[in-house]
Amino acid sequence: MQGGKEKGRQDTAAPAIELRGISKAFGAVQANKDISISVQPGTIHGIIGENGAGKSTLMSILYGFYKADAGEIFIRGKKVQIPDSQAAIATGIGMVFQHFKLVDNFTVLENVILGAEGGALLRPSLAKARKILTELEREYELHVDPDALISEIGVGKQQRVEILKALYRQADILILDEPTGVLTPAEADQLFRILDRLKAEGKTIILITHKLREIMEATDTVSVMRRGEMTATVKTAETSPEELAELMVGRKVLLRVDKAPAKPGDKILEVENLRVVDDKGVARLKGVSLDVCAGEILGIAGVAGNGQSELLEVLGGMLGATGTIRVNGQPLPLAGKGADGRARRAAGIAHVPEDRQRKGLIMDFMAWENMAFGYHHDAAYQSNSVLMDNGAIQRETAAKMERFDVRPPAPRLFARNFSGGNQQKIVVAREIERNPDVLLVGQPTRGVDIGAIEFIHRQLIALRDAGKAILLVSVELDEIMSLSDRIAVMFDGQVMGERLPHETNETELGLLMAGIRGEAA
Amino acid sequence: MQKMPAWADAILVPLISLLLAALLSGLVIIGIGEDPIAAFKLMVDGALMRSAGWGYTLYYATNFMFTGLAVAVAFHARMFNIGGEGQAMLGGLGVALACLYVPWPHWSLAILGSCLAAMLFGAAWALIPAWLQAKRGSHIVITTIMFNFIAASLLNYLLVNVLRPQGAMDPATAKFPEPTHLPTFRDMFSTSETILFRGSPANVSFFFAVLACVLVWLLIWRTRLGYDIRAFGHSEPAAQYAGISPVRITVVALLISGALAGLMAVNTTQGEAERLILNSTEGAGFIGIAVALMGRSHPLGVFLAAILFGFLYQGGAELALWTNIPRELIVVIQALVILFTGALDNMVRMPLERLFLSLRREG
Repeated sequence: MQGGKEKGRQDTAAPAIELRGISKAFGAVQANKDISISVQPGTIHGIIGENGAGKSTLMSILYGFYKADAGEIFIRGKKVQIPDSQAAIATGIGMVFQHFKLVDNFTVLENVILGAEGGALLRPSLAKARKILTELEREYELHVDPDALISEIGVGKQQRVEILKALYRQADILILDEPTGVLTPAEADQLFRILDRLKAEGKTIILITHKLREIMEATDTVSVMRRGEMTATVKTAETSPEELAELMVGRKVLLRVDKAPAKPGDKILEVENLRVVDDKGVARLKGVSLDVCAGEILGIAGVAGNGQSELLEVLGGMLGATGTIRVNGQPLPLAGKGADGRARRAAGIAHVPEDRQRKGLIMDFMAWENMAFGYHHDAAYQSNSVLMDNGAIQRETAAKMERFDVRPPAPRLFARNFSGGNQQKIVVAREIERNPDVLLVGQPTRGVDIGAIEFIHRQLIALRDAGKAILLVSVELDEIMSLSDRIAVMFDGQVMGERLPHETNETELGLLMAGIRGEAA
Repeated sequence: MQKMPAWADAILVPLISLLLAALLSGLVIIGIGEDPIAAFKLMVDGALMRSAGWGYTLYYATNFMFTGLAVAVAFHARMFNIGGEGQAMLGGLGVALACLYVPWPHWSLAILGSCLAAMLFGAAWALIPAWLQAKRGSHIVITTIMFNFIAASLLNYLLVNVLRPQGAMDPATAKFPEPTHLPTFRDMFSTSETILFRGSPANVSFFFAVLACVLVWLLIWRTRLGYDIRAFGHSEPAAQYAGISPVRITVVALLISGALAGLMAVNTTQGEAERLILNSTEGAGFIGIAVALMGRSHPLGVFLAAILFGFLYQGGAELALWTNIPRELIVVIQALVILFTGALDNMVRMPLERLFLSLRREG
């Protein structure tokens, strides 16, 4: 039925977007190679691909951030030039970025008209915008209070404001870049309902994501990108996640994590009543208690910003706190000199931080310098009491890069020149090869391509099977569900509850993540 | 991916920048009705073609090496130490006290003592801004500039009211005793037949400056402290992750920076004037910023840039002496060199990067 309707449109209307032979090179790197796609109006078109496959470059060309080296862009059948984002907006293209571009201390209304004020005086344009906004909200069920401050509404609503901004500028083509990264499952569902509604009104939507599930749920057609090329465009109804994953990576991929049941041993990491108050006096952790046993992965689920980062930072020695932390029964200091990252490492805690580019690596250090990072005081890395043994570190790095399949295996390459997945492999190699008693892992696969995700997951399972305690924090519920032996859900600085993965489901976890305790709790 | 080969980054970029600065300086000299080719020849003759000229060039270069290294070390911790001038002044005070009040038997011991005093006094002058930055977040640029003024006033007071020998008319200390006088290049390199470096102030502290370049290189790239400093400079959150204390690195890096700036006084005060005079630093603390920028905070780069600026200083003095080109023009030329090698670095770098990229794509 739906197919028939689509077919009818195809025959009558020109494609909403047609790209012909788009190529773009950054130096020697060919980010986009002769890409052609055609997106029918009133459809949701997914673009999926690994990190660095060229999705963002392609969309940046469409939105006027980059100029293509070759190729043509047709919007509604007309050839257009898009030299900048102003031109993109003028042709009816709107973009919702992964990281919102909103002014925190402005109201929703003020954010919507920002850059499209239409006059020196604010009052008339605000009044006009309020009217249009009310209509838009009614039409698309995008409920947001126009007078609320951005800082006071949740991320889900903030995203709606971004969509409203685009609609206010009369966009009828919407590009969404990884829109669900910061949303709870429920919020993501709401977003997809809004997108369906927009589609029904004839808007064309391009959804960029790396989550296969979303592609399968939300899109009509999907294009797969690999290494700058468009490898396939298929009807979503006629494909499967397995096929898409294979098209993305270029080989068969194991989507499920293969693991034996855990054999939990003694309690290795014990956390009691951990409390953190930040500089502004806001409580970030409100009495968190949990244990991780040997040979066990405890997964912490939760929407970003509910205290998981602070928990990792306290355990990793980057943030002071009150409460108790014990490793192998020994209490650790929570403030002062004995509570820094170096002391934590000495106590047997290794840490793969959430933000590898800002914290886990020094991007302007070479791979070998990064491989010693945090452990650079180790006796094995010193030639004598004064000088470091750079040669020893480089040899060790070469061996570790080999074992962890870091590509290219070049110890003298700067960290920033590796892809996201290989940067993460460097961090994971550094921390796991230390054979720690406790491994803290934050967002291990954020911005990491599918091939590397598979590899990193296998390494974590192997460390678990070697009898180590692993604390895993991730906003990817799929990852938590498939890796963890036990799941704790955090909301507003507290642990809402613990569940066993085979006894729970995404709906229950989603409710806990939103702070709602079910009857079972 | 590397945008262009390392040699182009390290050599080609500064060279082209220098060439542009030279061209523009030439235009300015034509503008005031003089012959730029003759002027350049005079600068080269005066600074590089005679041993006495070299003696001056290297004397200035010694100052710039110390202050350039001082700025470079702070740069590695991503801090902008503009207080080299004040730290060098205090270093001078340390040198003067060490030379005047300790009965040294021989210059070789005296220079060790005065080096130690210069480092202590320079570092002490950097300590308060460093502590304020580390603990209170008071910006180092502001505080070190203010400390330059405080240092100048303090020395003025001390030289006029405390250290000036009774009856002396100028604000300076007494002449340092004979055993503290450092051997000059003339003493070291002249033979009985030929006298080299006649009348020029270059002295044994030049070798200390070269040694300082080597030691700073070792410190930054081969020691744990240097690793900490660079890691902190590149990313403070990452440093915290690794357990590197921001407070400790801020303070230690600035203490080293201040000590290096202070060392410059050994050259000017003990090596040349042989007494402490007012304004003995002559702006070398600020030239150090340009030297560090041009040398890209690498000790070898600092070494080369210091010699270039030494040449500009000495060549400039020759110009003022022998032509109608006013001394102020030399400041203009130096400013152009700083502008092109430091501030306008990207103007040269980016077209060059594009050139190399397009060459590679074709190749």
